[in-house]
Amino acid sequence: MKKYLWLIIIVLAVVVGLVIWKVSSGSAKSELEIFSWWTGGGEEEGLKALFTKFNEKYPKVDIINAAVAGGAGTNAKAVLKTRMLGGNPPDSFQVHAGMELTDSHVKADAMEPLTQKLKDWGVYDKFPAGVLDICSYNGEVYSIPVNVHRGNVVFYNKEVASELGIVSAPASFEEFLGMLKLASEKGYAALAIGDMNKWEAAHLFENIMIAKFGPENYNKLFKNEVSFADPAMAESFNALGMLIDYFNTDHSALTWQDAVKMVQEKKAFATVMGDWAEGYLKTLGMNPNEGFGWFAVPGTENAFTLISDTFGLPKKAKNRENALKWLEFISSVEAQDIFNPIKGSIPARTDADKSKYDTYLQWSMNDFSALGICPSIAHGSAAPEAFSTKLQDIVNKFIAERNTENAVNEMIALAKETGYKAD
Amino acid sequence: MAVQKKKSLVGFAIVLPSIVLAAVFIYYFIFWTLKVSFSNWDSFSALMKGEYTFVGFSNYIKLFSDWRFQKDLWNTLFFTLFFILGCISLGILLASLIDKGLKGSKIFQNIYLFPMALSFVVTGTVWRWIFAPGTVRDPAGINLLMSKIGLGALQWGWFTSKDSLGNFNFALIPVIIAAVWQMSGYVMAMYLAGLRGISEDIIEAARVDGATSNRIFWKIKMPLLQPITLSAMIILGHVSLKIFDLIYSMTGSGINNVTDMPSIYMYELTFRSNRYASGSAVSIIMLIMVAVIIVPYLYSSFRKGHDI
Repeated sequence: MKKYLWLIIIVLAVVVGLVIWKVSSGSAKSELEIFSWWTGGGEEEGLKALFTKFNEKYPKVDIINAAVAGGAGTNAKAVLKTRMLGGNPPDSFQVHAGMELTDSHVKADAMEPLTQKLKDWGVYDKFPAGVLDICSYNGEVYSIPVNVHRGNVVFYNKEVASELGIVSAPASFEEFLGMLKLASEKGYAALAIGDMNKWEAAHLFENIMIAKFGPENYNKLFKNEVSFADPAMAESFNALGMLIDYFNTDHSALTWQDAVKMVQEKKAFATVMGDWAEGYLKTLGMNPNEGFGWFAVPGTENAFTLISDTFGLPKKAKNRENALKWLEFISSVEAQDIFNPIKGSIPARTDADKSKYDTYLQWSMNDFSALGICPSIAHGSAAPEAFSTKLQDIVNKFIAERNTENAVNEMIALAKETGYKAD
Repeated sequence: MAVQKKKSLVGFAIVLPSIVLAAVFIYYFIFWTLKVSFSNWDSFSALMKGEYTFVGFSNYIKLFSDWRFQKDLWNTLFFTLFFILGCISLGILLASLIDKGLKGSKIFQNIYLFPMALSFVVTGTVWRWIFAPGTVRDPAGINLLMSKIGLGALQWGWFTSKDSLGNFNFALIPVIIAAVWQMSGYVMAMYLAGLRGISEDIIEAARVDGATSNRIFWKIKMPLLQPITLSAMIILGHVSLKIFDLIYSMTGSGINNVTDMPSIYMYELTFRSNRYASGSAVSIIMLIMVAVIIVPYLYSSFRKGHDI
């Protein structure tokens, strides 16, 4: 018995010693903890490339990569909230532009405004006003966008298109429906959708909403200037109803990757997805403009549905100075041009070097600086997360039941509950 | 006497840490969840500010008028019912076959028990591949098998099906099959232990009295196996009421929530929508459902003074 006691005491002593050593050595160095859910593929590589460049500039700063894998960010967001609640936030963290940050952390008074910093660094006017507007709350910018994805894109298989005799992008929603009809008559699954995780259908629906409301009125929905009871709401559901006929029948068993794969394998004509699908098509071995083509979702040619990753500064950040260095670094053209070609997204700044991007991304960059920017609901930018999850439920139910009246009523109830205009 | 007292003090000291841990991490957290479910903490900023406003049962009332939650309750009911029925009948069947002691029955006993060793996530993923319907032109999984063996007419949407009979969604059938596949081996092992525990004398006596084997099974074996049936029902019942991982990895909520369960709704409310109060309310309702099954069992086994 005595022998064991000694053993336990020794083990305890070692553990305590290690902890003390870790704590004391930790405080001596200059650290920077960056939190994200970039753990795979091009995202992780891009983040590592950013870290390398940052360390070239500030060799004394030790970067801690606090990335949390899984659930497309859901797990990371839950961990982040726990840390914010416990008063132990990372120095800077990844968050989708807009309400995902505002509704959770800015309204809780946990974030520092960055407007003045952006002006001091001379980059305030380098971002499109529409993007900074989405990142703002009560006139102050709270996070700095690093990358931009476009949500309203139709990707299609060029071989299938030429077989169907389609040579140019449809000029209207009706023409698009005609194309889908043609494709399904030839035996193709016309519009590949994989909405097992539900957000994919909401993603499609928000683009239809932008088409039916128009980009300006769509944005005004979330500023309480346009009502959710507007006739355009019912029109949006009716339009979605017309598209359902052309879905692959097993859509609720698939994910968005499966849907993109159907396009690649010539089983389907087209799919509606954000442009991370472009990166996926490239990994599947297709080239932009050769294997696959694209156009904006019909009716949204004058809009850019924005999904953007941003970084903010929590008030309780332990290494505030380093966090500011990081934020200044990622807002530079240099950093944005390092990260985005690797991740397969476009920079949030309009003065980036276009030659570093492929033909698709160049098309997207041109539109980004020219068109009206609409925040995505499905990806947490336009509305609080509770709104987005409920919208997914409503769309999911609509796809099964196709009852426009019910769906519109539920949207109105949801808008009222969230405090949006609905009369 | 003094030695005895010292001994019991030492014993108490040894279990004290686990009592404290259980008190904090189980019972205090249950209490905390209950408290949150009566609060207005339906957004992260409300939680962060920490101002507790008591709202009574309004979160519960909202839940019960929510079509998705109503659907979840029906799904849980039917899933639990068919899951328990399936596992128990298959378990008894397999156990009586193996109990006959035919050649190779040891091997089959192990084969039937193997699925137990898998996690529900693995089961869910594999059965998702099997039951993913594909399209008519390009069937997948079981539908592909059917079209290959000339039963193409039997192709079906499986868990993507929207058909239902009353409140029972047919999409639950593939999920029930997967769950029964996983758990019936375990039930078989329980029954096998029970069957082996029945004294040969009783069976012999019945046989001498001229009872058919059918009669022996229903009138002698089944009554003697009753405690095992009860245990199996309780174990299966609490697995199925809390089921999350199997559904989440196999089908998700499904089209129009045909395979949705309270646990999935709870997860989405709490971690996707930041509606902590509503999520807690779902957890409490789930706790009550499980308690309804387990508490009478614990009560009766305490009163009898022996455990099953």
